[in-house]
This record gives sequence, C-alpha cells and structure tokens, in this order.
Amino acid sequence: MAAGQNLTISEYIGHHLQNLVYGKLQTGGELCQGVPHYEAGVAGSWRFAHCPAEVKDMGFMSINVDTMGWSIFLGFLFIGLFWKAARNATSGQPGAFQNAIEMIVDFVNQNVKDGFHGKNPMVAPLSLTIFVWILFMNTMDLVPIDVPGKVAGLFGIHYMKVVPTTDPNITFGLSLTVLLLIIAFSIKAKGLGGFIGELTLQPFGKWMIPFNFILEGVGLIAKPISLSLRLYGNLFAGELIFIMIAALVPMALQWALSLPWAIFHILVIVLQAYIFMMLTIVYMNMAHEHH
Amino acid sequence: METVLGLSAIAAALLISFGALGTAIGFAILGGKFLESAARQPEMLPMLQGRLFLIAGLLDAVTMIGVAVAFLIMYANPFVELLAK
Repeated sequence: MAAGQNLTISEYIGHHLQNLVYGKLQTGGELCQGVPHYEAGVAGSWRFAHCPAEVKDMGFMSINVDTMGWSIFLGFLFIGLFWKAARNATSGQPGAFQNAIEMIVDFVNQNVKDGFHGKNPMVAPLSLTIFVWILFMNTMDLVPIDVPGKVAGLFGIHYMKVVPTTDPNITFGLSLTVLLLIIAFSIKAKGLGGFIGELTLQPFGKWMIPFNFILEGVGLIAKPISLSLRLYGNLFAGELIFIMIAALVPMALQWALSLPWAIFHILVIVLQAYIFMMLTIVYMNMAHEHH
Repeated sequence: METVLGLSAIAAALLISFGALGTAIGFAILGGKFLESAARQPEMLPMLQGRLFLIAGLLDAVTMIGVAVAFLIMYANPFVELLAK
C-alpha cells in the first residue's frame, strides 16, 4: 500500500482481500497499472504477484504465501507451547501456564470421552490439534486491520492477509484431511466390503443400490464441504465487516463500531473452533461404529 | 450490463436477508426451548448450554455459505466476467 495514494473504498476493500501470491505467470506482460516500481513479467517466470490481474494470470500455478506462512508458524507455535508445558509439567502446584494448558487438554478430553465411543488413540490428539490450531488461526483476526499491511509495506511486501482461515484453501485442507480419515477409519473398522455396504445398502434394501449410493454419497461429500465452508464463511464475514468498518466509518467513530464487533467476534472464533472439533469427533465416532 | 448489475445486487440482498431470517428464527426457537428445559431441570443447565452453542454454530453454517456467496457476487461478480468475454 503506497503511502499518500488515495484509494476508493472498493479498491481499499479489494486490496485487503488479496493474498500474497507467488506463482508462475502464464502470459506475462504489462498487467498492472499504477503500481510503483513495477516491471512487466515474462511468460513462464515465477514471481510474486503485484496486482490482482497478475494473480488471475497465474491461475492454478500459484500459492498463497502469506496464508501458508502464518498457518505453519501458528502450527509450530501450538506445538512449541504444548511441548514446553508437557516438558515442565509438575504434579505439585501447577503454575498459571501449565494450568491453562491443562484446562484446554481437559476440555478436549471431556468432549472426546463424551462423543467418541470407539478405541482409537489418534482421535484425542487430532481433536486437540484441530481445536487449538483453528483457535490460533482465528484469533489472528483480532489484529487491527491495517497493522499487518503497514508493517509488510515497510518490507516492500504489497499484500499480507494474516488470518489463514479466511483462505478457503486452508479450511478445505483441514476438512479434506478429515474426510480421508473418515474413509480410512471406516474401512479399517468395517472392512472394505462393510464400508461399501454401508454406502449402498442404506437406507433402502439391495434392490435400490444406485439410489442408496447417491443419497449416501451426497451425505458423505456434504460433510467436508459443510465443515470447511462453515469455518470459512464465518471468518470471512467477520474479516470483511472489520474491513468495511475501517473503510466506511469516520476515524472518530471507529472505536464505537469495531469494539463491539471484536467482542462478538471473540465468541465466533472460539465457537467455530469448538464446532469443527465436535463435528470431527462425531464423524470419527460414526466411522468406527459397527452395525 | 446495467441489468446484470442490478439483478446481482438484488441477488446478493436476497441471499443475505433470507439467510439472516432463517438463522434468526432458528436461534429464537432454539433459545426458547433451551430456557424452557433449563427452567424444568436446572441441574442440566451446563450440559444443555454446551449443546446450545453447538447447535447455534450448525445453524449458522448454511447462512454463512450464503453470505460468502453474496460477497462473491458483490466484489468479484462472475456474471460481469462472463459478460466481459
């Protein structure tokens, strides 16, 4: 964001919704106007995109660097914090940090015990990872809107979106992984024949196998899609309202609007992480049960 | 072109408004039932409250999908792009 450049409201919003993309230009050339220090790219070259037109030119051969960076950083932060707590755990009087970590682990453990009735040592760590990682990623939304952009601008980076869960790539990555786990554990618990039988022989008998398969197939596909779009939609809407408050409201009134929304958003953040975790536990439970 | 823009605006408005309507009515019914059952059995209150938030989040899901599609129509209108071709 060049200082002193007056953007229209639409441009400001569009600027804040654009990820930092690194990709391969398909055609190259003079795609951007008005960007300072801009050199046209050659077709087939790999570079950071300087404007949305270049992002569109890159198409599929591109990666959202800011999302990947922040999600990996937050993942390692989660692992680092919990590992440190486990290393220094005492059975005597716990300190504040250990207390907080224990609260989170107890909370997840209680939910797994209530929701999952099978025998699988992987479900509880999976739930903990999902809950805390999504919670960390969502909490990045509470950072004031212009701060990451301005700080990145000091380093010459044009775009920086710090909330990974507002990128559908991340949420679909999470939910497709859950889908793979559902299928893998279903096959492991019921056998391949049992899994296919569950898909084709319910709810009607074996004379309506194609119809059953369509119904059950849609149900199976709807799970990861609804998981990811629920998380994405909530976080995207929250971020967009922050951006619009920043764009449309005069400076003096900023606090009056963004403070209540931020407080409400704290609820949404925790709730969405909790729901993703609960639904994962429920789906794992459904994958493990026999008939 | 103007027709497409006008209709897109109406489409986005309908998406958001019907989503909000459905969610509001759903939350109202859910909240009412929760208060009723909490009054009946106060010892179940903590467990019910956990379930309340869970179902509230599930109610939000399709609404949020609609909101995301509405924002897509508003800011990256696919119909306008089709026209431009």
